[in-house]
Amino acid sequence: MLDRDQVLHVARLARLELNDAEVERMASELSHVLDHIEKIGELDLEGVPPTSHVVDVTNALRQDVPVPSFPRDVILAAAPEPLEGGFGVPSPGASPE
Amino acid sequence: MTEILELTAAAAAERVRAGELDPAELFDAYRERAAAEELNAFTWVADGPPANGDYSSAPLGGVPLAVKDLFCTEGVPSQAGSKILEGYRPPYTATVVRKLAQAGAPLLGKTNQDEFAMGSSNENSGFGPVLNPWDRTRVPGGSSGGSAAAVAAGLAPWAIGTDTGGSIRQPAALCGIVGLKPTYGACSRYGMIAFASSLDQAGPLTRDVTDAALLFSRMVGRDHCDSTSLEFPGELTLPKAQDLKGIRLGVPEELTGDTGGVEPGVRESFEATLKLAEGLGATIEPCQLPHAPHALSAYYLIAPAEASANLARFDGVRYGLRVDGDKDLLTMYAHTRAAGFGPEVKRRIMLGTYALSSGYYDAYYGTAQKVRTKISEDFRAAFERFDFVVTPTSPWTAFELGAKTDDPLAMYLNDFCTVPMPLAGIPAISIPSGLSDDLPVGFQLAGPAFSEQRLLDAAYALERAIGFDGSSARR
Repeated sequence: MLDRDQVLHVARLARLELNDAEVERMASELSHVLDHIEKIGELDLEGVPPTSHVVDVTNALRQDVPVPSFPRDVILAAAPEPLEGGFGVPSPGASPE
Repeated sequence: MTEILELTAAAAAERVRAGELDPAELFDAYRERAAAEELNAFTWVADGPPANGDYSSAPLGGVPLAVKDLFCTEGVPSQAGSKILEGYRPPYTATVVRKLAQAGAPLLGKTNQDEFAMGSSNENSGFGPVLNPWDRTRVPGGSSGGSAAAVAAGLAPWAIGTDTGGSIRQPAALCGIVGLKPTYGACSRYGMIAFASSLDQAGPLTRDVTDAALLFSRMVGRDHCDSTSLEFPGELTLPKAQDLKGIRLGVPEELTGDTGGVEPGVRESFEATLKLAEGLGATIEPCQLPHAPHALSAYYLIAPAEASANLARFDGVRYGLRVDGDKDLLTMYAHTRAAGFGPEVKRRIMLGTYALSSGYYDAYYGTAQKVRTKISEDFRAAFERFDFVVTPTSPWTAFELGAKTDDPLAMYLNDFCTVPMPLAGIPAISIPSGLSDDLPVGFQLAGPAFSEQRLLDAAYALERAIGFDGSSARR
Protein backbone atom coordinates (compact mmCIF):
# COMPACT_ATOMS: atom_id res chain seq x y z
CA MET A 1 0.00 0.00 0.00
CA LEU A 2 1.47 3.31 -1.11
CA ASP A 3 0.82 6.40 0.98
CA ARG A 4 0.86 10.03 -0.03
CA ASP A 5 4.45 10.64 1.07
CA GLN A 6 5.74 7.65 -0.89
CA VAL A 7 3.93 8.85 -4.01
CA LEU A 8 5.47 12.31 -3.63
CA HIS A 9 8.92 10.79 -3.08
CA VAL A 10 8.68 8.65 -6.22
CA ALA A 11 7.31 11.62 -8.21
CA ARG A 12 10.35 13.65 -7.16
CA LEU A 13 12.66 10.84 -8.28
CA ALA A 14 10.81 10.73 -11.63
CA ARG A 15 10.95 14.53 -12.05
CA LEU A 16 7.18 14.59 -12.34
CA GLU A 17 4.98 17.28 -10.86
CA LEU A 18 1.68 15.82 -9.62
CA ASN A 19 -1.28 17.88 -8.41
CA ASP A 20 -3.21 16.87 -5.28
CA ALA A 21 -5.87 14.97 -7.20
CA GLU A 22 -3.19 13.05 -9.12
CA VAL A 23 -1.37 12.14 -5.91
CA GLU A 24 -4.59 10.74 -4.44
CA ARG A 25 -5.44 8.78 -7.57
CA MET A 26 -1.89 7.52 -8.05
CA ALA A 27 -1.73 6.21 -4.47
CA SER A 28 -4.91 4.19 -4.90
CA GLU A 29 -4.30 2.99 -8.47
CA LEU A 30 -0.68 1.98 -7.91
CA SER A 31 -1.60 0.20 -4.68
CA HIS A 32 -4.29 -1.75 -6.53
CA VAL A 33 -1.85 -2.75 -9.28
CA LEU A 34 0.94 -3.61 -6.82
CA ASP A 35 -1.45 -5.83 -4.81
CA HIS A 36 -1.84 -7.94 -7.94
CA ILE A 37 1.84 -7.82 -8.92
CA GLU A 38 3.09 -8.74 -5.45
CA LYS A 39 1.80 -12.28 -5.91
CA ILE A 40 5.10 -13.09 -7.64
CA GLY A 41 6.71 -12.72 -4.21
CA GLU A 42 5.07 -16.04 -3.29
CA LEU A 43 7.04 -17.98 -5.93
CA ASP A 44 10.06 -20.00 -4.87
CA LEU A 45 12.82 -18.40 -6.91
CA GLU A 46 15.77 -19.40 -4.75
CA GLY A 47 18.88 -19.76 -6.92
CA VAL A 48 17.12 -18.69 -10.16
CA PRO A 49 19.38 -16.40 -12.21
CA PRO A 50 17.76 -13.15 -13.39
CA THR A 51 17.18 -12.51 -17.11
CA SER A 52 17.92 -8.96 -18.19
CA HIS A 53 18.15 -9.78 -21.87
CA VAL A 54 16.83 -12.71 -23.90
CA VAL A 55 19.34 -12.55 -26.74
CA ASP A 56 22.52 -14.48 -26.20
CA VAL A 57 24.90 -11.73 -27.28
CA THR A 58 27.78 -10.37 -25.28
CA ASN A 59 30.02 -7.52 -26.36
CA ALA A 60 28.67 -6.61 -29.78
CA LEU A 61 31.85 -5.06 -31.12
CA ARG A 62 32.55 -3.08 -34.26
CA GLN A 63 35.48 -1.22 -35.76
CA ASP A 64 36.03 2.18 -34.19
CA VAL A 65 35.72 4.13 -37.41
CA PRO A 66 34.92 7.84 -37.12
CA VAL A 67 31.94 8.91 -39.24
CA PRO A 68 30.44 12.37 -39.52
CA SER A 69 27.61 13.03 -37.07
CA PHE A 70 24.60 15.25 -37.73
CA PRO A 71 25.38 18.91 -38.35
CA ARG A 72 24.85 20.97 -35.21
CA ASP A 73 22.10 23.12 -36.73
CA VAL A 74 20.08 20.04 -37.76
CA ILE A 75 20.00 18.77 -34.19
CA LEU A 76 19.37 22.18 -32.68
CA ALA A 77 16.44 22.72 -35.04
CA ALA A 78 14.34 20.48 -32.76
CA ALA A 79 15.45 22.13 -29.51
CA PRO A 80 12.92 24.27 -27.64
CA GLU A 81 15.59 26.89 -26.90
CA PRO A 82 18.82 26.70 -28.90
CA LEU A 83 21.41 29.03 -27.41
CA GLU A 84 24.85 29.95 -28.73
CA GLY A 85 25.24 26.65 -30.59
CA GLY A 86 24.01 24.54 -27.66
CA PHE A 87 20.86 23.60 -25.76
CA GLY A 88 19.69 26.49 -23.61
CA VAL A 89 18.45 25.49 -20.16
CA PRO A 90 17.32 27.49 -17.14
CA SER A 91 19.96 27.91 -14.48
CA PRO A 92 19.91 25.10 -11.92
CA GLY A 93 20.60 27.78 -9.34
CA ALA A 94 17.61 30.01 -10.13
CA SER A 95 15.35 30.19 -7.13
CA PRO A 96 12.41 27.79 -7.39
CA GLU A 97 8.88 29.12 -7.09
CA MET B 1 -10.85 1.72 -56.85
CA THR B 2 -12.87 -1.17 -55.47
CA GLU B 3 -10.71 -3.50 -57.49
CA ILE B 4 -7.48 -2.03 -56.11
CA LEU B 5 -8.91 -2.11 -52.59
CA GLU B 6 -9.66 -5.81 -52.82
CA LEU B 7 -6.09 -6.73 -53.78
CA THR B 8 -3.84 -7.96 -51.00
CA ALA B 9 -0.52 -6.09 -50.76
CA ALA B 10 1.37 -9.05 -52.23
CA ALA B 11 -1.08 -9.26 -55.16
CA ALA B 12 -0.85 -5.50 -55.75
CA ALA B 13 2.98 -5.71 -55.72
CA GLU B 14 2.85 -8.48 -58.29
CA ARG B 15 0.57 -6.44 -60.59
CA VAL B 16 2.86 -3.42 -60.33
CA ARG B 17 5.90 -5.52 -61.22
CA ALA B 18 4.01 -7.07 -64.14
CA GLY B 19 3.21 -3.58 -65.44
CA GLU B 20 -0.54 -4.11 -64.94
CA LEU B 21 -0.98 -1.54 -62.19
CA ASP B 22 0.41 1.98 -62.04
CA PRO B 23 2.12 2.42 -58.64
CA ALA B 24 1.19 6.13 -58.60
CA GLU B 25 -2.48 5.19 -59.07
CA LEU B 26 -2.15 2.63 -56.28
CA PHE B 27 -0.56 5.18 -53.96
CA ASP B 28 -3.18 7.84 -54.73
CA ALA B 29 -6.05 5.42 -54.20
CA TYR B 30 -4.88 4.70 -50.67
CA ARG B 31 -3.73 8.27 -50.05
CA GLU B 32 -7.24 9.53 -50.76
CA ARG B 33 -8.79 6.97 -48.43
CA ALA B 34 -6.26 7.70 -45.67
CA ALA B 35 -6.73 11.47 -46.00
CA ALA B 36 -10.53 11.16 -45.80
CA GLU B 37 -10.69 8.59 -42.99
CA GLU B 38 -12.95 8.99 -39.97
CA LEU B 39 -11.39 6.46 -37.57
CA ASN B 40 -8.58 8.79 -36.40
CA ALA B 41 -6.18 6.04 -37.51
CA PHE B 42 -3.67 8.44 -39.06
CA THR B 43 -1.75 11.28 -37.43
CA TRP B 44 -0.13 12.33 -40.72
CA VAL B 45 -0.71 11.41 -44.38
CA ALA B 46 1.78 11.90 -47.23
CA ASP B 47 1.01 14.48 -49.95
CA GLY B 48 1.82 12.07 -52.72
CA PRO B 49 4.08 9.23 -53.80
CA PRO B 50 7.82 9.84 -53.70
CA ALA B 51 9.37 11.09 -56.95
CA ASN B 52 11.19 8.62 -59.21
CA GLY B 53 9.06 5.70 -58.11
CA ASP B 54 10.18 2.90 -60.38
CA TYR B 55 8.97 -0.29 -58.79
CA SER B 56 9.17 -2.61 -61.80
CA SER B 57 11.69 -4.83 -60.01
CA ALA B 58 11.06 -3.81 -56.38
CA PRO B 59 10.25 -6.74 -54.08
CA LEU B 60 7.48 -4.73 -52.39
CA GLY B 61 6.20 -3.32 -55.69
CA GLY B 62 5.53 0.26 -54.59
CA VAL B 63 2.71 -0.80 -52.26
CA PRO B 64 2.39 2.10 -49.77
CA LEU B 65 3.05 1.49 -46.09
CA ALA B 66 1.39 2.88 -42.96
CA VAL B 67 3.90 3.35 -40.15
CA LYS B 68 3.20 3.58 -36.43
CA ASP B 69 3.88 7.08 -35.17
CA LEU B 70 6.79 6.01 -32.92
CA PHE B 71 9.06 5.11 -35.85
CA CYS B 72 11.29 8.11 -36.57
CA THR B 73 10.84 9.26 -40.15
CA GLU B 74 13.00 12.08 -41.43
CA GLY B 75 11.19 15.38 -41.74
CA VAL B 76 7.82 13.83 -40.90
CA PRO B 77 5.98 14.23 -37.57
CA SER B 78 7.05 11.36 -35.27
CA GLN B 79 5.37 11.88 -31.93
CA ALA B 80 4.87 8.42 -30.44
CA GLY B 81 1.29 9.45 -29.73
CA SER B 82 2.50 11.97 -27.15
CA LYS B 83 1.84 15.66 -26.65
CA ILE B 84 5.39 15.96 -25.31
CA LEU B 85 6.64 15.31 -28.87
CA GLU B 86 3.91 17.21 -30.71
CA GLY B 87 5.21 18.39 -34.07
CA TYR B 88 8.62 16.73 -33.61
CA ARG B 89 10.25 15.98 -36.97
CA PRO B 90 13.32 13.77 -36.56
CA PRO B 91 16.48 14.31 -38.64
CA TYR B 92 16.73 10.59 -39.51
CA THR B 93 14.63 7.54 -40.41
CA ALA B 94 14.27 4.30 -38.44
CA THR B 95 16.16 1.37 -39.97
CA VAL B 96 13.10 -0.80 -40.69
CA VAL B 97 11.23 2.08 -42.37
CA ARG B 98 14.30 2.84 -44.50
CA LYS B 99 14.73 -0.83 -45.44
CA LEU B 100 11.08 -1.16 -46.42
CA ALA B 101 11.20 2.04 -48.50
CA GLN B 102 14.30 0.74 -50.27
CA ALA B 103 12.52 -2.55 -50.98
CA GLY B 104 9.66 -0.61 -52.56
CA ALA B 105 7.15 0.26 -49.82
CA PRO B 106 6.90 4.08 -49.76
CA LEU B 107 5.57 5.89 -46.70
CA LEU B 108 1.80 6.45 -46.90
CA GLY B 109 1.34 7.95 -43.45
CA LYS B 110 1.95 7.75 -39.72
CA THR B 111 -0.58 5.93 -37.57
CA ASN B 112 -2.10 6.80 -34.23
CA GLN B 113 -1.11 4.77 -31.18
CA ASP B 114 -1.28 4.68 -27.41
CA GLU B 115 1.18 7.21 -26.01
CA PHE B 116 4.68 5.71 -26.06
CA ALA B 117 3.00 2.36 -26.89
CA MET B 118 1.53 2.10 -23.39
CA GLY B 119 -1.98 0.76 -23.71
CA SER B 120 -4.25 -1.96 -25.03
CA SER B 121 -7.07 0.18 -26.44
CA ASN B 122 -5.53 3.22 -28.16
CA GLU B 123 -7.45 5.42 -25.74
CA ASN B 124 -4.14 6.63 -24.29
CA SER B 125 -3.14 8.55 -27.41
CA GLY B 126 -2.39 12.24 -26.95
CA PHE B 127 -4.19 12.73 -30.27
CA GLY B 128 -7.50 11.04 -29.48
CA PRO B 129 -8.69 7.44 -29.60
CA VAL B 130 -8.89 5.32 -32.76
CA LEU B 131 -12.21 3.71 -33.65
CA ASN B 132 -12.61 0.06 -34.60
CA PRO B 133 -13.80 -0.24 -38.24
CA TRP B 134 -15.98 -3.26 -37.31
CA ASP B 135 -17.91 -1.17 -34.79
CA ARG B 136 -17.08 2.48 -34.29
CA THR B 137 -18.27 2.50 -30.69
CA ARG B 138 -15.45 0.09 -29.85
CA VAL B 139 -11.67 0.25 -29.44
CA PRO B 140 -9.29 -1.16 -32.07
CA GLY B 141 -6.93 -2.51 -29.40
CA GLY B 142 -3.50 -1.15 -28.79
CA SER B 143 -0.96 0.07 -28.77
CA SER B 144 -0.63 -0.26 -32.58
CA GLY B 145 -4.36 0.51 -32.93
CA GLY B 146 -3.99 3.02 -35.75
CA SER B 147 -1.98 0.59 -37.87
CA ALA B 148 -4.46 -2.23 -37.21
CA ALA B 149 -7.56 -0.12 -37.89
CA ALA B 150 -5.98 1.34 -41.07
CA VAL B 151 -5.28 -2.10 -42.54
CA ALA B 152 -8.63 -3.56 -41.47
CA ALA B 153 -10.56 -0.61 -42.92
CA GLY B 154 -8.62 -0.65 -46.20
CA LEU B 155 -7.07 2.77 -45.53
CA ALA B 156 -3.64 1.20 -46.03
CA PRO B 157 -2.60 -1.98 -47.83
CA TRP B 158 -0.25 -2.92 -44.97
CA ALA B 159 1.37 -1.43 -41.92
CA ILE B 160 4.07 -1.84 -39.33
CA GLY B 161 3.79 -1.52 -35.58
CA THR B 162 5.68 -2.51 -32.48
CA ASP B 163 4.95 -5.16 -29.87
CA THR B 164 6.22 -4.95 -26.29
CA GLY B 165 3.55 -6.98 -24.46
CA GLY B 166 1.06 -7.61 -27.27
CA SER B 167 0.85 -4.27 -29.08
CA ILE B 168 0.88 -5.83 -32.57
CA ARG B 169 -0.99 -9.06 -31.90
CA GLN B 170 -3.85 -7.75 -29.74
CA PRO B 171 -4.97 -4.90 -32.07
CA ALA B 172 -4.57 -7.28 -35.03
CA ALA B 173 -6.94 -9.69 -33.23
CA LEU B 174 -9.48 -6.99 -32.34
CA CYS B 175 -9.48 -5.64 -35.92
CA GLY B 176 -9.58 -8.99 -37.73
CA ILE B 177 -6.15 -8.85 -39.40
CA VAL B 178 -2.78 -10.62 -39.13
CA GLY B 179 -0.07 -9.40 -36.75
CA LEU B 180 3.41 -10.85 -36.26
CA LYS B 181 5.66 -10.15 -33.30
CA PRO B 182 9.10 -11.35 -34.40
CA THR B 183 11.87 -12.89 -32.32
CA TYR B 184 13.63 -10.27 -30.22
CA GLY B 185 16.59 -9.03 -32.26
CA ALA B 186 15.19 -10.06 -35.68
CA CYS B 187 14.43 -6.44 -36.62
CA SER B 188 16.49 -3.39 -35.77
CA ARG B 189 15.06 -1.11 -33.10
CA TYR B 190 17.10 1.86 -34.36
CA GLY B 191 14.81 4.84 -34.72
CA MET B 192 11.95 3.35 -32.70
CA ILE B 193 11.07 5.72 -29.87
CA ALA B 194 11.77 3.32 -27.01
CA PHE B 195 9.26 1.99 -24.49
CA ALA B 196 10.91 -1.11 -22.91
CA SER B 197 14.16 -1.83 -24.70
CA SER B 198 14.52 -5.50 -23.73
CA LEU B 199 11.01 -6.27 -25.07
CA ASP B 200 10.23 -3.88 -27.98
CA GLN B 201 10.11 -5.44 -31.46
CA ALA B 202 8.85 -4.11 -34.78
CA GLY B 203 6.59 -6.28 -36.91
CA PRO B 204 3.99 -6.32 -39.71
CA LEU B 205 0.21 -5.82 -39.47
CA THR B 206 -1.39 -7.10 -42.66
CA ARG B 207 -4.55 -8.36 -44.33
CA ASP B 208 -3.25 -11.91 -44.63
CA VAL B 209 -0.34 -14.19 -43.73
CA THR B 210 1.32 -13.92 -47.15
CA ASP B 211 1.48 -10.12 -46.83
CA ALA B 212 2.98 -10.51 -43.35
CA ALA B 213 5.65 -12.89 -44.64
CA LEU B 214 6.50 -10.60 -47.57
CA LEU B 215 6.80 -7.48 -45.40
CA PHE B 216 8.66 -9.27 -42.61
CA SER B 217 11.20 -10.74 -45.04
CA ARG B 218 12.33 -7.17 -45.84
CA MET B 219 12.43 -5.95 -42.22
CA VAL B 220 14.91 -8.41 -40.76
CA GLY B 221 18.66 -8.26 -40.42
CA ARG B 222 21.50 -7.10 -38.27
CA ASP B 223 21.99 -3.36 -38.02
CA HIS B 224 25.14 -1.83 -36.61
CA CYS B 225 22.96 0.92 -35.11
CA ASP B 226 21.23 -1.66 -32.84
CA SER B 227 23.74 -3.94 -31.16
CA THR B 228 20.96 -6.29 -29.98
CA SER B 229 19.89 -7.01 -33.58
CA LEU B 230 20.91 -10.28 -35.20
CA GLU B 231 21.28 -11.67 -38.71
CA PHE B 232 18.17 -13.73 -39.47
CA PRO B 233 19.23 -17.37 -39.75
CA GLY B 234 18.01 -19.07 -42.91
CA GLU B 235 15.90 -17.75 -45.74
CA LEU B 236 12.39 -16.36 -45.57
CA THR B 237 10.05 -17.38 -48.37
CA LEU B 238 6.35 -16.86 -48.95
CA PRO B 239 4.35 -19.51 -47.06
CA LYS B 240 3.05 -22.46 -49.06
CA ALA B 241 2.03 -25.12 -46.53
CA GLN B 242 -1.27 -26.79 -47.45
CA ASP B 243 -1.66 -28.78 -44.26
CA LEU B 244 -0.34 -29.22 -40.73
CA LYS B 245 0.73 -32.86 -41.01
CA GLY B 246 3.14 -33.77 -38.25
CA ILE B 247 2.72 -30.41 -36.48
CA ARG B 248 2.25 -30.72 -32.73
CA LEU B 249 0.24 -27.94 -31.08
CA GLY B 250 0.37 -27.42 -27.32
CA VAL B 251 -2.55 -25.75 -25.58
CA PRO B 252 -1.30 -24.21 -22.32
CA GLU B 253 -3.89 -24.78 -19.63
CA GLU B 254 -2.67 -21.75 -17.69
CA LEU B 255 -3.49 -19.34 -20.52
CA THR B 256 -6.66 -20.96 -21.85
CA GLY B 257 -8.34 -22.00 -18.60
CA ASP B 258 -10.58 -19.95 -16.38
CA THR B 259 -7.84 -17.73 -14.88
CA GLY B 260 -7.48 -15.69 -18.08
CA GLY B 261 -11.19 -14.86 -18.16
CA VAL B 262 -11.58 -15.91 -21.79
CA GLU B 263 -15.02 -14.88 -23.11
CA PRO B 264 -17.32 -17.72 -24.25
CA GLY B 265 -17.40 -16.47 -27.86
CA VAL B 266 -13.61 -16.29 -27.97
CA ARG B 267 -13.32 -19.77 -26.51
CA GLU B 268 -15.76 -21.14 -29.08
CA SER B 269 -13.76 -19.68 -31.97
CA PHE B 270 -10.51 -20.95 -30.43
CA GLU B 271 -11.85 -24.47 -30.10
CA ALA B 272 -13.30 -24.45 -33.61
CA THR B 273 -9.85 -23.44 -34.91
CA LEU B 274 -8.23 -26.31 -33.00
CA LYS B 275 -10.68 -28.66 -34.75
CA LEU B 276 -9.68 -27.21 -38.12
CA ALA B 277 -6.02 -27.66 -37.24
CA GLU B 278 -6.70 -31.27 -36.35
CA GLY B 279 -8.44 -31.71 -39.69
CA LEU B 280 -5.29 -30.40 -41.37
CA GLY B 281 -3.25 -33.12 -39.69
CA ALA B 282 -2.00 -31.41 -36.53
CA THR B 283 -1.97 -33.17 -33.20
CA ILE B 284 -3.33 -31.18 -30.27
CA GLU B 285 -2.51 -31.79 -26.64
CA PRO B 286 -2.61 -29.80 -23.44
CA CYS B 287 0.75 -28.43 -22.27
CA GLN B 288 2.02 -26.65 -19.19
CA LEU B 289 3.53 -23.21 -18.82
CA PRO B 290 3.47 -23.13 -15.01
CA HIS B 291 4.83 -19.59 -14.68
CA ALA B 292 2.76 -18.03 -17.46
CA PRO B 293 0.07 -16.73 -15.08
CA HIS B 294 2.81 -14.66 -13.40
CA ALA B 295 4.02 -13.20 -16.70
CA LEU B 296 1.63 -10.27 -16.41
CA SER B 297 3.06 -9.28 -13.03
CA ALA B 298 6.65 -9.63 -14.24
CA TYR B 299 5.79 -7.64 -17.35
CA TYR B 300 4.16 -4.80 -15.41
CA LEU B 301 7.35 -4.43 -13.38
CA ILE B 302 9.96 -4.87 -16.11
CA ALA B 303 8.29 -2.77 -18.83
CA PRO B 304 7.51 0.24 -16.60
CA ALA B 305 11.00 0.04 -15.04
CA GLU B 306 12.64 0.23 -18.46
CA ALA B 307 10.14 2.89 -19.56
CA SER B 308 10.90 5.08 -16.56
CA ALA B 309 14.55 5.12 -17.67
CA ASN B 310 13.82 5.51 -21.40
CA LEU B 311 11.37 8.35 -20.86
CA ALA B 312 13.84 10.32 -18.71
CA ARG B 313 15.05 11.85 -21.99
CA PHE B 314 11.84 13.86 -22.37
CA ASP B 315 12.84 16.79 -20.20
CA GLY B 316 12.27 19.87 -22.34
CA VAL B 317 15.93 20.27 -23.29
CA ARG B 318 16.70 18.71 -26.69
CA TYR B 319 13.32 18.29 -28.39
CA GLY B 320 9.61 18.55 -27.86
CA LEU B 321 7.67 20.50 -25.30
CA ARG B 322 9.16 22.88 -22.71
CA VAL B 323 7.05 24.38 -19.93
CA ASP B 324 8.14 27.12 -17.51
CA GLY B 325 11.54 27.64 -19.09
CA ASP B 326 11.86 30.86 -17.10
CA LYS B 327 11.89 29.01 -13.78
CA ASP B 328 14.76 26.91 -12.36
CA LEU B 329 15.95 23.72 -14.09
CA LEU B 330 14.26 21.12 -11.85
CA THR B 331 10.96 22.98 -11.96
CA MET B 332 11.18 23.17 -15.76
CA TYR B 333 11.77 19.38 -15.93
CA ALA B 334 8.88 18.52 -13.61
CA HIS B 335 6.41 20.96 -15.20
CA THR B 336 7.33 19.95 -18.75
CA ARG B 337 6.78 16.27 -17.94
CA ALA B 338 3.56 16.99 -16.03
CA ALA B 339 2.13 18.88 -19.02
CA GLY B 340 3.45 16.61 -21.77
CA PHE B 341 2.70 13.10 -20.50
CA GLY B 342 -0.79 11.61 -20.28
CA PRO B 343 -2.19 9.74 -17.24
CA GLU B 344 -1.18 6.21 -18.28
CA VAL B 345 2.40 7.23 -19.07
CA LYS B 346 2.64 8.98 -15.71
CA ARG B 347 1.28 5.85 -14.03
CA ARG B 348 3.89 3.63 -15.70
CA ILE B 349 6.75 6.04 -14.97
CA MET B 350 5.68 6.09 -11.31
CA LEU B 351 5.34 2.29 -11.16
CA GLY B 352 8.72 1.79 -12.82
CA THR B 353 10.50 4.39 -10.71
CA TYR B 354 9.05 2.81 -7.58
CA ALA B 355 10.09 -0.72 -8.68
CA LEU B 356 13.64 0.50 -9.23
CA SER B 357 13.90 2.66 -6.14
CA SER B 358 16.27 1.94 -3.29
CA GLY B 359 14.89 -0.70 -0.91
CA TYR B 360 12.37 -2.10 -3.42
CA TYR B 361 14.64 -3.08 -6.32
CA ASP B 362 15.21 -6.71 -5.25
CA ALA B 363 11.63 -7.37 -4.22
CA TYR B 364 10.16 -6.02 -7.47
CA TYR B 365 12.52 -5.67 -10.41
CA GLY B 366 14.93 -8.41 -9.26
CA THR B 367 12.09 -10.88 -8.66
CA ALA B 368 10.48 -10.04 -12.01
CA GLN B 369 13.75 -10.82 -13.80
CA LYS B 370 13.86 -14.23 -12.14
CA VAL B 371 10.26 -14.92 -13.17
CA ARG B 372 11.36 -14.01 -16.68
CA THR B 373 13.98 -16.77 -16.54
CA LYS B 374 11.32 -19.28 -15.42
CA ILE B 375 8.98 -18.24 -18.24
CA SER B 376 11.74 -18.80 -20.81
CA GLU B 377 12.43 -22.22 -19.28
CA ASP B 378 8.73 -23.11 -19.44
CA PHE B 379 8.64 -22.33 -23.16
CA ARG B 380 11.88 -24.21 -23.80
CA ALA B 381 10.41 -27.29 -22.11
CA ALA B 382 7.15 -26.95 -24.06
CA PHE B 383 8.99 -26.70 -27.39
CA GLU B 384 10.73 -30.00 -26.71
CA ARG B 385 7.34 -31.66 -27.08
CA PHE B 386 5.48 -29.21 -29.32
CA ASP B 387 6.15 -27.21 -32.47
CA PHE B 388 3.94 -24.33 -31.36
CA VAL B 389 1.98 -23.16 -28.38
CA VAL B 390 -1.48 -21.84 -29.25
CA THR B 391 -3.88 -19.57 -27.33
CA PRO B 392 -6.59 -17.02 -28.02
CA THR B 393 -4.73 -13.75 -28.72
CA SER B 394 -6.96 -11.68 -26.48
CA PRO B 395 -9.40 -13.01 -23.88
CA TRP B 396 -12.01 -10.56 -25.22
CA THR B 397 -13.19 -9.15 -28.51
CA ALA B 398 -13.11 -5.36 -29.04
CA PHE B 399 -14.69 -3.61 -26.04
CA GLU B 400 -16.57 -0.33 -25.96
CA LEU B 401 -14.69 2.94 -25.78
CA GLY B 402 -14.34 3.97 -22.14
CA ALA B 403 -15.31 0.55 -20.78
CA LYS B 404 -11.98 -0.07 -19.03
CA THR B 405 -10.39 3.36 -18.74
CA ASP B 406 -11.21 3.73 -15.04
CA ASP B 407 -9.54 0.48 -14.03
CA PRO B 408 -5.88 0.18 -15.09
CA LEU B 409 -5.61 -3.40 -13.80
CA ALA B 410 -8.61 -4.57 -15.86
CA MET B 411 -6.99 -3.00 -18.91
CA TYR B 412 -3.67 -4.74 -18.16
CA LEU B 413 -5.44 -8.13 -17.97
CA ASN B 414 -6.14 -7.79 -21.69
CA ASP B 415 -2.46 -8.71 -22.22
CA PHE B 416 -2.75 -11.99 -20.30
CA CYS B 417 -2.09 -14.24 -23.32
CA THR B 418 0.39 -11.98 -25.12
CA VAL B 419 2.96 -10.93 -22.48
CA PRO B 420 4.68 -14.30 -21.88
CA MET B 421 6.18 -14.40 -25.42
CA PRO B 422 8.08 -11.09 -25.39
CA LEU B 423 9.41 -11.91 -21.91
CA ALA B 424 10.93 -15.04 -23.49
CA GLY B 425 11.90 -13.16 -26.68
CA ILE B 426 10.06 -15.66 -28.89
CA PRO B 427 7.95 -14.95 -32.00
CA ALA B 428 4.15 -15.18 -32.11
CA ILE B 429 1.52 -14.48 -34.74
CA SER B 430 -2.16 -13.63 -34.45
CA ILE B 431 -4.55 -14.54 -37.26
CA PRO B 432 -8.30 -13.92 -37.41
CA SER B 433 -10.16 -17.11 -36.49
CA GLY B 434 -13.72 -15.91 -36.97
CA LEU B 435 -16.36 -13.61 -35.54
CA SER B 436 -18.08 -13.56 -32.18
CA ASP B 437 -21.17 -11.31 -32.13
CA ASP B 438 -19.92 -9.73 -35.37
CA LEU B 439 -16.54 -8.88 -33.83
CA PRO B 440 -13.23 -10.49 -34.89
CA VAL B 441 -11.46 -13.06 -32.71
CA GLY B 442 -7.70 -13.69 -32.87
CA PHE B 443 -5.89 -17.04 -32.71
CA GLN B 444 -2.27 -16.94 -31.54
CA LEU B 445 0.58 -19.31 -32.43
CA ALA B 446 3.96 -18.95 -30.69
CA GLY B 447 7.16 -20.79 -31.61
CA PRO B 448 10.82 -20.97 -30.57
CA ALA B 449 13.23 -18.12 -31.35
CA PHE B 450 13.70 -17.59 -35.11
CA SER B 451 10.96 -20.08 -36.06
CA GLU B 452 9.12 -17.40 -38.08
CA GLN B 453 9.24 -19.34 -41.36
CA ARG B 454 7.56 -22.38 -39.80
CA LEU B 455 5.19 -20.14 -37.86
CA LEU B 456 4.11 -18.30 -41.03
CA ASP B 457 3.69 -21.60 -42.89
CA ALA B 458 1.46 -23.04 -40.19
CA ALA B 459 -0.53 -19.80 -39.93
CA TYR B 460 -0.97 -19.83 -43.71
CA ALA B 461 -2.37 -23.36 -43.78
CA LEU B 462 -4.71 -22.48 -40.94
CA GLU B 463 -5.76 -19.20 -42.55
CA ARG B 464 -6.86 -21.05 -45.69
CA ALA B 465 -8.89 -23.52 -43.65
CA ILE B 466 -10.53 -20.74 -41.62
CA GLY B 467 -11.42 -18.66 -44.69
CA PHE B 468 -11.97 -15.46 -42.70
CA ASP B 469 -13.58 -12.67 -44.74
CA GLY B 470 -12.62 -9.17 -43.56
CA SER B 471 -14.08 -7.30 -46.52
CA SER B 472 -17.07 -5.89 -44.62
CA ALA B 473 -14.72 -3.73 -42.47
CA ARG B 474 -13.40 -2.16 -45.69
CA ARG B 475 -16.99 -1.32 -46.71
